[in-house]
Amino acid sequence: MMRGLWKLSWIEIKVFLREPMGAFGTIVFPVVIFVILGRVVGRRIPAASVATNSFIQTGLPIIASLFIVVGAVLSLVTIISIYREGGILKRLRATPLRPQTILTAQVLVKLALSAATLLLMILAGKKYYPADLHVPLLSFTIALLAGTLCILSIGFLIASIVPTARFAQPIGAAIFYPMLAISGLFVPVASMPPVFRAVAHVLPTTYAVSLLGGIWKGDAWSAHLGDVAALAVAFLVCTALAAKVFRWE
Amino acid sequence: MSHPLGHARIGDVSFRSVQLHRFFQSFMQPVIQVSGIRKTYGQTVAVDEVSFEVNEGEIFGLIGPNGAGKTTTMECIEGIRKPDRGTISVLGLDPFRDVYKLQERIGVQLQQAQLQKRIKVWEAVDLWASLYKKRAVDAERLLEQLGLADKRNAWFMNLSGGQKQRLFIALALINDPEVVFLDELTTGLDPQARRAIWDLVRLIRERGKTVFLTTHLMEEAERLCDRVAIIEHGKIIDVDTPERLVSRHCPERSVVLLTEDTNAAERFRAIPGVESVTSNESRITISGRGDDLVSAVIHCISENHIRVTDFRTILPNLEDVFLKLTGHSIRE
Repeated sequence: MMRGLWKLSWIEIKVFLREPMGAFGTIVFPVVIFVILGRVVGRRIPAASVATNSFIQTGLPIIASLFIVVGAVLSLVTIISIYREGGILKRLRATPLRPQTILTAQVLVKLALSAATLLLMILAGKKYYPADLHVPLLSFTIALLAGTLCILSIGFLIASIVPTARFAQPIGAAIFYPMLAISGLFVPVASMPPVFRAVAHVLPTTYAVSLLGGIWKGDAWSAHLGDVAALAVAFLVCTALAAKVFRWE
Repeated sequence: MSHPLGHARIGDVSFRSVQLHRFFQSFMQPVIQVSGIRKTYGQTVAVDEVSFEVNEGEIFGLIGPNGAGKTTTMECIEGIRKPDRGTISVLGLDPFRDVYKLQERIGVQLQQAQLQKRIKVWEAVDLWASLYKKRAVDAERLLEQLGLADKRNAWFMNLSGGQKQRLFIALALINDPEVVFLDELTTGLDPQARRAIWDLVRLIRERGKTVFLTTHLMEEAERLCDRVAIIEHGKIIDVDTPERLVSRHCPERSVVLLTEDTNAAERFRAIPGVESVTSNESRITISGRGDDLVSAVIHCISENHIRVTDFRTILPNLEDVFLKLTGHSIRE
């Protein structure tokens, strides 16, 4: 059924780009924000400042990539609830298409769009990074993919339980953005109050932030096996739960 | 030896093929066999002990009010839902176990389904064509036959209700299915669009396909269906052709005519089978039972040279059958 998968994915990309905010909201807007942020932060504080350098060199790329991923997953949650409410999921199921193919197509589309956004961002961001900065891009991509799969599985769990399409986006945002904030994305987990630290330890996104930060700085994978294991467990648990409670109509 | 087909006139091919069809049909398995299915949602029993058969090449209608269990029954047959009890066989397949095999051979239109808002008509047809192993029918010709050729580049969200339904018919026919399922196909359409859709459904049958449809419109069932099953509160009340259902459950017939002849009422009262004759000035209403009433009245008129200036019959329809069987109108 590969033909159906590619065709469905391709049509979903076209349909998405035809939406008024489709291309602009997912691809152009984040890149523009990234460029503006890079310029403002880069100019305000003297270049010699250690804090600025560390923020631009490690913090910003990870914040940007995680925000893109979460944005894509939120959009996926919304689309799935709209398709469920409109009977589109049900109509697609009344064909020889396998249920998992229908959902895989949606995931592929989001991955492709996120990849396009990230690529643009890397091209735009090159200006703001010292030329000698050496980032293991391949490793980072793999790490980001691992984090993305985990966040996706949480997204599917949310998509399974949101009552109506209207609530999909706000409920998803209310879950994901605080989650990112507590995960050490802006403030290191170690310097957070004890309560938040305890919460951070059970959030899968904490391990995604730790993995991405480490790999970006050039750590070896062996130093982050714990993070990978945590992400894998979270992925399996959320996927299994979502498969159990997912509603097609 | 006298053959059942021997009397067909040479050249009368359509008559002959219909006869031939009926002849072979008596030996064939029904296309759809439903026996004793039951489906509950929590405390609510949606479908209870439903059994019926659908034969090849017929338009079979499941009729009843909203919430009677029509869609649930249909979706069990399509393999989208699993009944709690009972067995279903479609084209010899178990719809739930062999769902993908079955989907290759049937075409489905779901009640109140939507497509992606901004998908183009040709893209939807092209996507659906790619989902089946079997070579799809010529999509461009299909769009033309359904009157959608000039809408091929339009977005789904910009189509009218009738155009959307015709697109869903196109999607249901794209794999050249053996059985076509149509769920409340014309609900929400204006009378003109509805008539156009009826013509399309008859065309589907003429291509030799079996059509299974649900409707709460008695007129639709009467005009389209070869046989109907009446369902209410999840139970099948009766199954037969619309004509036989009417004559079985509602044998009452009435004739209303206008005449200045003062002896006419007396004459009509003398007709055997007439139960009542009421006259109101020159209008006379004759009521009785059975299909012979109308010809008996006509015979009486001509024999007695009664001068009649208006004549019309009041015959019961499926709507009356439904009222009689359930004690309430289908619209309530």
